[in-house]
Amino acid sequence: MPEMFHRKIERSAVLFVLAIIAAASVGGIIEIAPLFTIDETVEEAPDMRMYTPLELAGRNIYIREGCYACHSQMIRTLRDEVERYGPYSLAVESRYDRPMLWGSKRTGPDLARVGGKYSDFWHVAHLTNPRDVVPESNMPAYAFLARNQLRTEDLRDHLAVQRTLGVPYTEEMVENAARDAYGQATPDTDFAAGVTERYGDATQVSAFDGVTTHVTEMDALVAYLQILGRLTNAAYRDTAATEKPPEAQD
Amino acid sequence: MIRQLTSSERQNALVIALAVAIVGIAMAAVGRSDVLGVHGVIVMLFGGIVAYLVMSTFYDPEPTEDRAASYYDDPIKAGIILSMAWAVFGMFMGVWVAAQLAWPDLAFDAGWSTFGRLRPTHTSGVIFGFGGNALIATSFHVVQRTSRARLAGQISPWFVLLGFNLFCLLAVSGYLMGVTQSKEYAEAEWYADLWLVIVWVTYFILYIATIARRKEPHIYVANWYFMAFILVVAILHIVNNLAIPVSWGSVKSYTIWPGVQDAMVQWWYGHNAVAFFLTAGFLGMLYYYLPVRAQRPIFSYRLSILSFWGITFFYMWAGSHHLHYTALPHWVQTLGMTFSVMLLVPSWASAGNALLTLNGAWHRVRDDATLRFMMAAAVFYGLSTFEGSFMAIRPVNSLSHYTDWTVGHVHAGALGWVALITFGSLYTLVPSLWRRERMYSAALVEIHFWLAIVGTLIYVFAMWNSGIIQGLMWRTYTEEGALAYSFIDSLVAMYPYYIARAFGGLLFLIGTVVGCYNMWMTVRSVPMAARTADVPVTAAVVPGE
Ligand code: HEC
Ligand code: HEM
Repeated sequence: MPEMFHRKIERSAVLFVLAIIAAASVGGIIEIAPLFTIDETVEEAPDMRMYTPLELAGRNIYIREGCYACHSQMIRTLRDEVERYGPYSLAVESRYDRPMLWGSKRTGPDLARVGGKYSDFWHVAHLTNPRDVVPESNMPAYAFLARNQLRTEDLRDHLAVQRTLGVPYTEEMVENAARDAYGQATPDTDFAAGVTERYGDATQVSAFDGVTTHVTEMDALVAYLQILGRLTNAAYRDTAATEKPPEAQD
Repeated sequence: MIRQLTSSERQNALVIALAVAIVGIAMAAVGRSDVLGVHGVIVMLFGGIVAYLVMSTFYDPEPTEDRAASYYDDPIKAGIILSMAWAVFGMFMGVWVAAQLAWPDLAFDAGWSTFGRLRPTHTSGVIFGFGGNALIATSFHVVQRTSRARLAGQISPWFVLLGFNLFCLLAVSGYLMGVTQSKEYAEAEWYADLWLVIVWVTYFILYIATIARRKEPHIYVANWYFMAFILVVAILHIVNNLAIPVSWGSVKSYTIWPGVQDAMVQWWYGHNAVAFFLTAGFLGMLYYYLPVRAQRPIFSYRLSILSFWGITFFYMWAGSHHLHYTALPHWVQTLGMTFSVMLLVPSWASAGNALLTLNGAWHRVRDDATLRFMMAAAVFYGLSTFEGSFMAIRPVNSLSHYTDWTVGHVHAGALGWVALITFGSLYTLVPSLWRRERMYSAALVEIHFWLAIVGTLIYVFAMWNSGIIQGLMWRTYTEEGALAYSFIDSLVAMYPYYIARAFGGLLFLIGTVVGCYNMWMTVRSVPMAARTADVPVTAAVVPGE
């Protein structure tokens, strides 16, 4: 008699608690644990690079401002999405992303491959007041980002934590984090060379917001937007996409 | 507040409050220029104010009567007040963000007032502030009445309630200052999360200890749900929030889960926050206050069992339906879809159980708006769980995902189910707890009911329309095989619905304000009820027998 059985559990708080834990654990364990057999979940991408300190800072501003509340970064395996936004997203493309920013709502368009789609200048004008560029837009204005000095002194700690978590930043990258952040936004300084040396020639070094005297949050955010979808070319190789990855514009 | 405490308990309360204040000072010191410093000051003030309140009546006479002979209702009263205050705040934020989508310049030129920062103040404000306080208050009430025992602690109920509100305060003020983990419904950062673990473990121990004191052989159904709510939310919260802070003086942390695994963990959490916070907990309310108000026992004990274990087991598999067609492995998506569809069975078992309980009391439903709140909640619960199972089917989800349809679905549940069952329960609870004859005005309850229903319907219909239009526009092709609409075309089509939604939400908010006024006036001006022994309504104590 299952009913009699239940009457027994119901008489003991301890039994009941154990039964709840048992019933509630199965689903999570079965769905999550196997995802860590990485090879089958996350594709190979030897060309995958990491975020530079400036891009990482930009990503943190993207998080801080809640851009993910209106923008997804996950192109689904559906024909219209691939035609609208580019090759569908692969797991490997977010392998260094903590947290992931796949999003759940598209009040604005998907941004997974927005890197290289517009010039830096366009992004700055758009973020300053979206309605100057796209009159129908309901995206908030972020003019204040260009007024805020970027905080770089703790970037070293940020990279160090990422390193602890398994992102392959070298000791040298960690040590130079603040300097590299500055260098990436000031092309004509000595600091700029260090960035390409450490993160590769493809790294976009640019005066993102057009002002080279100081590094603002606007610089960081635009640097991040410009790298979206371009950490690896895996999506263009491994999927049936015919497109080529976009070239840098500035 | 502390009249019921003995002097040694008052000392302990004071020590705890001062300890919290000292932690705040330490946070302010190490945080300095970081936002952590600001939060340190908030924690310090919070601890300081509580300490002051304890001090101010420290030397009042000690309680003389035998406390075990009465229920401990003061924390419940405070919980109800806090819940309604958060409701007004959270829903106001909802109306504001809704209005921003229609009129984007309502953000001024400041960081704190942009959509991305306000949206989580809305979601956390309503889910944790309004919903959480209501759950804590009603669970304290239900567990005492159904166990016929006093809460198993004098300070701990206050610790749980106030500690939880400190968490809410840190979370919401943090979002305004840009502190967020970006994980939906788990946006609060590491230090607030750690604090919540302490509070929640206390809650769990208090709850179980109270149940252990019960004078009834069986644990009543409502408590099953409250226990599942407390227990599973603890598990979810801890696993999803595992993170390493950048430094002890920084608000920022990085989650240990990367990319695709993070997506799975987050939506395993996110979906089950809906399941165990917004569903199981509120089913606990339903299973107690609905039979009490209808004065009828729960229709079927067996359905209760089926529904409870079905929900506890199935829900935990369903999270991956948030990740259809993404980079998450296909088999996980399929499992999520399958279990989501099966979930309909236990969900409808509960909704049906509630409605069949009302069978024979329909005249009360007609005359009593409070009971009608609960009936409507059960109907919306049934409808939105059906919709949820439907939307979890992959091809349907390909249309609905990323659109306003999801938002409409969320609010059919959030407004129609969570908020309505809460209002119904609170209208039942307030007069009985403050020992008033009745609510101040039955007409105002009636007005609240209709404002809530009309507001919800406007909201949900607007979002169904906008969501489905949006989804269709994104995938429509011209005859030449090109995409027919630009993204901006679809955005322009949304504006009328965004305006309608903001209006529907405003009606709902007005209803809530009316409810606050009515509760306030009940406490202030309704005559005391004739003194009856406060024994729990026996009809509900032994289910279905
Ligand atoms: C209220 C929702 C909302 C928020 C919040 C929001 N956006 Fe947008 N975003 C939009 C909409 C709508 C569009 C499309 C219209 C336009 O281009 O302005 C858009 C467009 C964009 C585009 C151009 C995409 C393309 O392919 O044309 C970029 C880049 C962008 N947003 C970046 C951001 C960033 C960065 C943030 C956070 C700082 C942000 N958005 C916050 C709604 C939002
Ligand atoms: C006054 C009534 C309310 C209004 C006007 C309102 C408005 C909104 C708006 C505008 C959003 C953002 C949608 C978007 O991003 O496009 C939202 C999201 C949300 N709201 Fe509300 N809301 C209200 C009440 C509630 C209540 C009572 C709850 C829960 C108890 C709730 C839970 C949520 C949740 C969970 C989300 C996130 C939805 C998602 O991510 O899909 N809301 N609400």
